[in-house]
Amino acid sequence: METRMEDAMAKTNVRYCLKCGKCTGSCPLARVNPEYSPRQTVERAILGRKDQILRGKGVWWCLTCELCSERCPQEVRYPDFIRACRIEATAKGIEHMCAHGGMLAELQRAMTSPEVKQDRLGWIPKGAKVSGTGDLLYFVGCLPYFDVIMEKIKPDSVAIGQSVVKILNRVGVTPAIMPNERCCGHDLLWTGEVESFKKLAKLNMDEIAKTGAKTVLMSCPEGYRTLKLDYADLFGELPFEVVHTSEFFSRLIDEGRMKFDKSIDRKVVYHDPCRLGRHLRVFDAPRKVLSSISGVQLKEMERSRAEAMCCGVDAWMCNSNSKQMQIERLREARMSGADLLVTACPKCQIHFRCVMSEKLPKSVFPVPDEAKIDVMDLSELAAKAMGL
Amino acid sequence: MTTEPKIVAFTCNWCSYAGADLAGTSRIQYPANVRIIRLMCSGRVDPTWILKAFELGADGVLVSGCHPQDCHYISGNEKAEERVNSTKRLLRLLGLETDRLRLEWISASEGARFAEVIKDFTEKLSRMGPTPFRSKRGV
Repeated sequence: METRMEDAMAKTNVRYCLKCGKCTGSCPLARVNPEYSPRQTVERAILGRKDQILRGKGVWWCLTCELCSERCPQEVRYPDFIRACRIEATAKGIEHMCAHGGMLAELQRAMTSPEVKQDRLGWIPKGAKVSGTGDLLYFVGCLPYFDVIMEKIKPDSVAIGQSVVKILNRVGVTPAIMPNERCCGHDLLWTGEVESFKKLAKLNMDEIAKTGAKTVLMSCPEGYRTLKLDYADLFGELPFEVVHTSEFFSRLIDEGRMKFDKSIDRKVVYHDPCRLGRHLRVFDAPRKVLSSISGVQLKEMERSRAEAMCCGVDAWMCNSNSKQMQIERLREARMSGADLLVTACPKCQIHFRCVMSEKLPKSVFPVPDEAKIDVMDLSELAAKAMGL
Repeated sequence: MTTEPKIVAFTCNWCSYAGADLAGTSRIQYPANVRIIRLMCSGRVDPTWILKAFELGADGVLVSGCHPQDCHYISGNEKAEERVNSTKRLLRLLGLETDRLRLEWISASEGARFAEVIKDFTEKLSRMGPTPFRSKRGV
């Protein structure tokens, strides 16, 4: 993991930049915020204007969605470069954009204490079978916390976890769940707090080892990316396999263990979360799960799969630009002819619900009716189709 | 490591801070475990600050404002109550005793009550012992 801008420049191909501008042309943020330009940031880096980058706002604006690196002819890994810049800026004590007043970061920092004993299992549905150890560990992520912090928009994030547990029980799996699972550290890592991230990673790895899990199931793509790539980067090859719920469900369907007996008559469109899609190349599994459900008419947005647009927020750093992007994406979802937007990321869901429940008056911040659509997580829909 | 509890108190400018001041000018004795942070209104308290206080080693946090219907800004104390309640839910998830966060209505004339609240809170926190975050910081 690179922690300095110069090191990152060598590793992320920044010096190979052709200045073609494809990155800025592709960037969903640059479309709504003309001040922001990945191409210009790269050029500044090459010219050695380090201070300008580290002290600028742009370094915190980037969504790290990887759409630019997807299209870059020179394979410049811009989001990785940005991450290293953020780490260095944080190490230098440069203040950055504060997400939600710093509340989420504060919670995550609090969890770095080894003595914390959380009480986070209240969401587990009554009668569900879970255990403390087992071959399959379900890494729940921050869902119980989201429900409290985002209370006003009623995200019902734990419904995702409940659906996953119910599905697992139905197919005869008793998942292990860690009572003291901590935040995976994704947000701290991507906001430059690498030391706190390392502490969380170490604590989680120890907890996972205690469960004896051979497979770690993730319902959050950000956690999925963090465990699969960043923990592996930190600790070497992981002693367990990490899978996302969509991949796991698709395997169960192949094995004939997961059957959808309830028909869901809806036109569904799938939004690719950036961590699951471009970062980890999982495009087919969620679509396969959706098309296996009878009654579901699967639609596609104009920009989907590797070309999918981001939900507009990275590590909770949200602003008016994010809202504009979310409206754009929701409109696109409606334009596909769908009446239900399914995503596989609890955070994407929260961001979409947030913009749709905007309380500002229409004269200040208009949310058009054609940007309103039902949003649901893949696991929730799958559980419904199984009659759970 | 000391076992004396540390309390961070967020008090509003109009009622509770004046109440604390009255406790002082009336020379009412109360434990020196409290650090007071004056805000214009208890409704200004952000859950982040409460969490940060705990994360930095506080054993208890007191949020104190004007009595209901008595807020200088009409409804600031109602907002404070709402925020304290949701923060308690977060503390419970984090495994902290929810009694470590306390909401009290103390008016400018209630110096004795301020002293009483601090005394009582200090005793309760002493019984609870330090938080898991305190050892992390070594404070």
